[in-house]
Amino acid sequence: MNGEQFFSTVRLLFVVGKGGVGKTSVAATLAVAAARTGRSVLIADVDGRHGAAAAFGVHDLSYDERVLVAAASGRGPIAARTITADDALVEYLADHGMGRLARKLASNGVVDVIATATPGIKDLLVLGKVKQLVTEAKHDLVILDTPASGHAVTFLRSAGALARSVSSGRIRRQADEVLELLGDHQRCRVLLVTVAEETPVNETIETAFTLEDEIGVALTPVVVNAVLEVPMAVPAGALARLDPAERAAVTTALAVERSRAEAQGVQRSRLANALPLAQLVLPERAGTRLGADDFEALSDALQASLAEL
Amino acid sequence: MTTTIAELVATRRVIVTCGAGGVGKTTMAAALGLAAAQQGRRVAVVTIDPARRLADAFGLAELANAPQRVVLPPFDDPGRAKWWSPLTGSGTGGSGELWAMMLDASATFDDLVRRHAPSPQQADRILDNRLYRNISSALSGTQEYMAVEKLYELVTAPRGINGEVLAPFDCVIVDTPPTRNALDVLAAPERLTRFLDNRVFRAMMAPARRGLRVVGVAAQAALAGLGKVVGTDVIGDAVAFFRAFDGMEEGFRQRAQSSLALLRNEATAWVLVTTPRGETVEEAVFFAGALVELGLHVDAVIANRMQAKINPMPALPTTAGPLRTAVLRAQGIDARADSHREVLAPLRTAVGSATPVAEVALSDGDVHDLNTLGLIAIELCGR
Repeated sequence: MNGEQFFSTVRLLFVVGKGGVGKTSVAATLAVAAARTGRSVLIADVDGRHGAAAAFGVHDLSYDERVLVAAASGRGPIAARTITADDALVEYLADHGMGRLARKLASNGVVDVIATATPGIKDLLVLGKVKQLVTEAKHDLVILDTPASGHAVTFLRSAGALARSVSSGRIRRQADEVLELLGDHQRCRVLLVTVAEETPVNETIETAFTLEDEIGVALTPVVVNAVLEVPMAVPAGALARLDPAERAAVTTALAVERSRAEAQGVQRSRLANALPLAQLVLPERAGTRLGADDFEALSDALQASLAEL
Repeated sequence: MTTTIAELVATRRVIVTCGAGGVGKTTMAAALGLAAAQQGRRVAVVTIDPARRLADAFGLAELANAPQRVVLPPFDDPGRAKWWSPLTGSGTGGSGELWAMMLDASATFDDLVRRHAPSPQQADRILDNRLYRNISSALSGTQEYMAVEKLYELVTAPRGINGEVLAPFDCVIVDTPPTRNALDVLAAPERLTRFLDNRVFRAMMAPARRGLRVVGVAAQAALAGLGKVVGTDVIGDAVAFFRAFDGMEEGFRQRAQSSLALLRNEATAWVLVTTPRGETVEEAVFFAGALVELGLHVDAVIANRMQAKINPMPALPTTAGPLRTAVLRAQGIDARADSHREVLAPLRTAVGSATPVAEVALSDGDVHDLNTLGLIAIELCGR
């Protein structure tokens, strides 16, 4: 599979994973990979953290869209914006005849009461906004950097939950439209991100089944992030050229690294056995603050991994 | 004067662990709890959303909304010597107790309502209200507030699994929900009491209260408009809720103030957990700054998943071959150790040199038993 094939069935991609697995870096990597196919990409976050934009050096993201990387020869542009629940709710009320009163209701806490009385309404309205972005087709691909996976499931469930509890009216219509989009396997997919460790793998397996069975959304292959290469075995003869202290230090370090890499291998097999989804492997990147160059390299790795599918 | 983490677990009444999601907060809270119990203290660890393996590590079938005692190995067990005795060297550990629980925000809220309601009937009216039933899951900050509330209960008059009253704990360790903002925990009680005190909805009760009729008319118009958009039953539920809650706000506010005072007390330690990733450290720096703005400070930092340095590092052989490959890889590992320390530097600066920073080494597995937890406790507290 190549990038063109991978992105041909997605107009909307939810990037979902446990906190700390590098979801935001993966979202940025996917954006670069999609831009390489000439697509215009929008990265949206829903928690106001806009980590992906920050990784590209843009720190003051708002409800309005910003270009992160301009289009270049053969490459599509990458833009970003944030869609917070509060903004989506106020915008919705304003669009539905509440006009200027909407802001006032937000500031005196009425909106809080309404949102609490109707759980899922904020999530639904964010999804409604996302649907609008996909439908207006200004961008070829919308990548949604979702909150940590526990919340992501609640987030994606909101439309179904509201459709069950509200029998008619505008909110119901909104919920039905969002459900239709989530279930459209030609347009919308969820990409799960994990690292090869026990707890994140467990959570990924659980999330995958919940998303497919309960929400009916299509899944892409799983991205396993920060994978270590198993160090090559060093013949004793070669090590003999080091002095004893150096030899001990190197041997210990490589043994520890090997043990970590092998433990990752065990977790990857466990994931493969429990989940009938292909794995896309991204290597651990040296350095602790990823930037545009890293996303280019990771995008190469993603393409290499796709080619093996 | 520099305080060590060993001193914090030996002396503080409350320890709050905070940090971004996925950094290992819950595990660190558990290890701190074990360390405090080893100091001879009666300790409760309150977790928010623990993985199954934490209950396993504690040898408990499951964690409940009330503290359960963890069976610790004998303090003089020679088989545990490698991790147990170093921390109990002073011989004070004999009477230590470790208890663990998982916060159930809605059950905690229900208890609070029952305790504050003037009559069981009023409590039931609130507990049955649809808006109320949504509060714990849908109103942000509620989980944080209930964590604070539970904390207050544990240091005053804790209840056991069967409702029996337990002795207060010497030390309570609270794991917080992943939070970007220190304000979330500290602002939660205020936020919820403001919600419960909502003026517009209270004005809807105007017929029952004289002098508020004008506000009442305006509010009714606004709510009628809202009802058209979100459904009139939603508004009805909300009005019924505020009517049922009438008169209880003051009790809630006072309770919230007492628990906040406990959090702001000198006897409370704030322990910030991080991993050596740029964005996680940035979040930690932000958190440390936010605490200072609130007149508090980070008492200790735990840097989890740190790569150890390779020492001594051999020079790279000039000729190609397996040795060169091995040394290159070793240099890569060593460079990772350097970059981990480098990425942590801004946080060290932010918290100041008097704040202890404990490093916990990268490992290849998760914590499954008390032994592993004990080894982490040693990394935190030193031998």
